[in-house]
Amino acid sequence: MIQSDTRLQVMWNRLLAVVEEQGQALIRAAFSPIVRECGDISAGIFDAQGRMLTQAVTGTPGHINTMAEAAKTLSAQFAQSEMEPGDIYMTNDPWIASGHLNDFLLMMPVFYRGTVIGYTACTSHLVDLGGLGMGPEGSDIYDEGLLIPPCKLVSKGEVNALLLEIVKANSREPIGNEGDIYALIACCEAGSLRLTQMMQEFGITDLHALSDYIIQTSRRGTLEAIADLPKGTWHHVLKVDGYDEEIELHAALTIAEDHLLLDFDGTAACVGKGINVPLNYATAYSVFALRCIIGADIPNNAGSLDPFRVTGPEGCILNAQSPAPVAMRHTLGQMTPDLVYGCLSQALPDKVPAEGASCMYDLPLRHAPEAVDRGDDLFALELVFNGGTGARPRLDGLSATAFPSGVWGSQVETTEAVAPVLFHRRELKTDSGGAGRFRGGLGQHIELSASKDQDLMLFLSVERIKNPAQGRDGGQDGAPGRITVQPGDRSLPGKGEVRIRSGETLIFETPGGGGFGLPDERSPEAVHNDIRSGLVSSDAAQSLYGKKI
Amino acid sequence: MAIDIGGTFTDTVLLNRDSQIVATTKTPTTAKRPALGALAGATHVLETAGTDWQKVSGFIHGTTLATNALIERRGAATATITTRGFRDILEIAYERRYSQYAIDLVKPDLIVPRTHSLTIGGRMDANGQELEALDETGIALLVAELKALEVEAVAVCLLHSYANPAHELKLRDLLTRHMPDLVISLSHEVSPEAREFDRLCTTIANAYVQPLMAGYLQDFEARFRQLGLACPILMMTAGGGMTTLETASRLPIRLVESGPAGGAVLAARIAEATGEKNVLSFDMGGTTAKLCLIDDFRPQTARKFEISRAERYIRGSGMPVRIPVIEMIEIGAGGGSIASVDRLGRLQVGPHSAGSDPGPAAFGKGGDKPTVTDSDLTLGLIEPGRFAEGRLQVDPDAAQRALAKDIGGPLGLQSDQAAFAVSEIVDESMASAGRMHAVESGKDLSNRVMIAFGGNGPLHATRVARRAQMRRVLIPRDPGVGSAVGFLFAPVSYEVIRSRYAQLDTLDIDGLNQFFASMQAEAEQVVRAGAPDGPLLQRRVAYMRYHGQGHEIEIRLPDRELTTSEIGALKAAFETEYSRQFSRIVPDMTIEVLNWGMSVYSHAPAQAPQSETQNSHPAVPTGRREILCDVSGEWRAAGVFNRPDLPPGATVNGPALIVEAQTTTFVSADFSAAVDGQGNIWLTRHEEAQK
Repeated sequence: MIQSDTRLQVMWNRLLAVVEEQGQALIRAAFSPIVRECGDISAGIFDAQGRMLTQAVTGTPGHINTMAEAAKTLSAQFAQSEMEPGDIYMTNDPWIASGHLNDFLLMMPVFYRGTVIGYTACTSHLVDLGGLGMGPEGSDIYDEGLLIPPCKLVSKGEVNALLLEIVKANSREPIGNEGDIYALIACCEAGSLRLTQMMQEFGITDLHALSDYIIQTSRRGTLEAIADLPKGTWHHVLKVDGYDEEIELHAALTIAEDHLLLDFDGTAACVGKGINVPLNYATAYSVFALRCIIGADIPNNAGSLDPFRVTGPEGCILNAQSPAPVAMRHTLGQMTPDLVYGCLSQALPDKVPAEGASCMYDLPLRHAPEAVDRGDDLFALELVFNGGTGARPRLDGLSATAFPSGVWGSQVETTEAVAPVLFHRRELKTDSGGAGRFRGGLGQHIELSASKDQDLMLFLSVERIKNPAQGRDGGQDGAPGRITVQPGDRSLPGKGEVRIRSGETLIFETPGGGGFGLPDERSPEAVHNDIRSGLVSSDAAQSLYGKKI
Repeated sequence: MAIDIGGTFTDTVLLNRDSQIVATTKTPTTAKRPALGALAGATHVLETAGTDWQKVSGFIHGTTLATNALIERRGAATATITTRGFRDILEIAYERRYSQYAIDLVKPDLIVPRTHSLTIGGRMDANGQELEALDETGIALLVAELKALEVEAVAVCLLHSYANPAHELKLRDLLTRHMPDLVISLSHEVSPEAREFDRLCTTIANAYVQPLMAGYLQDFEARFRQLGLACPILMMTAGGGMTTLETASRLPIRLVESGPAGGAVLAARIAEATGEKNVLSFDMGGTTAKLCLIDDFRPQTARKFEISRAERYIRGSGMPVRIPVIEMIEIGAGGGSIASVDRLGRLQVGPHSAGSDPGPAAFGKGGDKPTVTDSDLTLGLIEPGRFAEGRLQVDPDAAQRALAKDIGGPLGLQSDQAAFAVSEIVDESMASAGRMHAVESGKDLSNRVMIAFGGNGPLHATRVARRAQMRRVLIPRDPGVGSAVGFLFAPVSYEVIRSRYAQLDTLDIDGLNQFFASMQAEAEQVVRAGAPDGPLLQRRVAYMRYHGQGHEIEIRLPDRELTTSEIGALKAAFETEYSRQFSRIVPDMTIEVLNWGMSVYSHAPAQAPQSETQNSHPAVPTGRREILCDVSGEWRAAGVFNRPDLPPGATVNGPALIVEAQTTTFVSADFSAAVDGQGNIWLTRHEEAQK
């Protein structure tokens, strides 16, 4: 006799493999640089009730939870009785899909022997949806481009050509968008095919038993992890740079017997620029941060996500309501782990890292508007750099490393090969890691200019210029980010559009991570090694660590 | 003669003039002095075949020494020199964590610490134009720093050196003048591709093992020459070709992972002999399983792989190395892989391995953890008396006890059910790895033939094939020493991949032809050293993609100069391949190329002539064993057959065990086996079993 739990586990493993396959196929076919460099996609398999069974572990946490909720919303909106094999539903509604218009969610009912037994879904970041383009300048969602409410994109295998034409007609990158949508369709179809093949191979006709097994096992494991935690409520306030004035993010984290509740009550209201965050996206990053520390070994699904609940007053900047502009929702969304860790560190002081640079240091460069007339090079670069991560309770922070996002940085040689840009320097920034028993990761010092006689346009949306990453448990703050133009030492704010003139040099310094524990407690060997490696200058070491070197 | 020095065993194979195997042996690897184990194996096969060193007319060697030196960090003290302003190429890397949820992640150790990273002024641009001359006045300081660091080797990687190597060459001259004993690796020679982090890592890895490997190769050659070996020694490379000792000493990084490459070469050779155009090779040993896609008789190749991963099977946790390699997916699933139950009550198998010491619980050498081999024993698939040529006593009771304790207890299973579960999990993970690898390559597994070898490949082949929806499996002769056999069928070859950005619409044909001519000259020079006579073949490729995409598709180019009129054909070739992989093309999108490849190779040894197909007839079992059937989950009797006794044409119905010296082929109940004229076993899954 074959033991049935093993068989269910084999099927679970198969489902995990199938979503990873789907995810990889989607990344390979994608046109959007953020998908290619960061794996900004997701793929998932759902049961007939819309409960998520598996989700691909992809590059960025922005889809954790959002996909689980989105599929539930979509599957509830359309009656199963009206679904037919080959149908695929679609939306890019930021409040349903993933927080801004660029993220498209497709969902396909999976039929087996004439019945809907589940769904496959996937999300990918499309290059351009018209409007003002990717940037914080829109004053409402209508400025930001085309919104497609939940609708049927494919009917019995037939793509709705008009819908596709509308998406293309409203984009600066129609060909890329079309390619990306077809990639999403192929991803849904592949998942659906694999799922039915698996059912055939294992001789099952529905997903009930498998679904219950996955969800119950994962829920039980998560609850066991929660049971080990101290119970209570902890509060924290995180101040961030904002667009033109600083913003307070508030959180209260309650650890109860059988769930965690995060409440953003007290958080500042939405602003007039596109850095507002829909709750689904704030939830994604917050839950990601929690799950890094609580039950990290359990895969994402309806069972493991269920005990993590997030709420916030409507209209606060972490629960933006339509028609607030949300294009750059990731700028603040990526700060929410530091907000959450501010609470959690009070409950688990020896488990939670110090604050880090957290927000990606995007460096999107374009040709200037007059380039077409002047015959200059036309180009668009989506460079991403990162600062240092916060020191961990038992380890230094990581220098120049993305967290919480999972983006990949770029290479100087490939960038210079495709755009009129010349780098003069890209090195770690000495003394930028917050001092402490464990040191924060270092930020970077980057210098670049146009390699030809033409101006460059830069669209900034970064954080931690006014508010550096704070240390924890006596650790010191990391260095703030700094963006200047030489000659003239022109200091730039963290958000908005900048022209770098031919002959000028942009100096782009990413923030360091905060330190953990008192600097006095850092081991002399570690201090000595920092000095020898040039990560900390001797002068700084003298004053920070107060030791005779 | 071919000698493959692996981590545990050294395999030696002797082939005669007609490409027939006349002797094989497995001897323990002598880690301190690997040449000694090799000599023992060589002496043994010569004695077995009744011949002597004077008659050996070809000698091919592969070794894990370079790989192990990298893993165990036994290389030279190494420094780096990069362009001023770019000291932290290594520290910054791709700015990412390899594991999303791991808060306490530690990044891989990339060999050279920041204290050993030096810089020099001078700058080239992406087109190879000099923007700033090399700072020759800075050499004195650099030399002083290198001396103070007491390094033995240095890796030089200057920005855009792939486009213009002048500064790297000049720097080597200047350094050599001051420090004649310094071992210097230049990035444009080791890996002339754009992407400074990858190129630097590759150059470091090369510099790091170079002193050790040069010394080893010198010693190895001297020892065999002393015995009377007269023919040249050729080295197996990761790309599946052979190269000379001189090239191997200069570019030892190309020798890593050459053993597994040999297995893929063997599978490709069998694919060609049997006319199978779509193959998956499945090489399962004691620690890992390796799978490789083989189309049109060529193993799939890649330009990059990772060494010394922080977490062995997690992509991105290691040091990237950009050299031409046979692309394989490797997972921690072998006979020694340990089974356990995690805190969610899920059964896990691998990636940790009991290795050969202490080994599976059944070995009785102190291992008490249940492994895949323990599970196979408990399922009745291994005859205890005939394991490893009968040289190793195995204890089925110990296997059962370990399974009952670690798996059966927590999951509430009898030991046989626990064994069954271990098999299900490990077979599923191998099938998944294969499917994933195929998907990543835009390919499908279901219509492929699996060619299975390695100590455990034939034992698990039908179970993995079923899960991967594959219907046919081939077990070659001497599957236990497959890699070494593969060495004997490799061509002498050299491949260069170099970066040169271009868009297809505005391709500079003359410039490109010159670019290829220089790559061809470089490759031919290397190949001629190992294959002085006979015609050379070549293969030119371009790695194309739509502008804006990251994934490149390899497109074969004509093996000669191009003309402007052929650009349309190149575009068509890309679109054909693109639509094969993605079902459609993107009509108005620009097509671009960053990397170009050129390989030059000699003819591989001729295939032995195909024998006539024999009339099929059912074979008679030499005995029967009770096995736990993987299809029905019930105990039932399986016929036992002795492989050497099965003549061409013999057929066997599953369930059955076909036993030979170094492994056992398990024929599942839904498969039947037939022996062909070459002695290969073909396993075919019954149609009716598929519903």
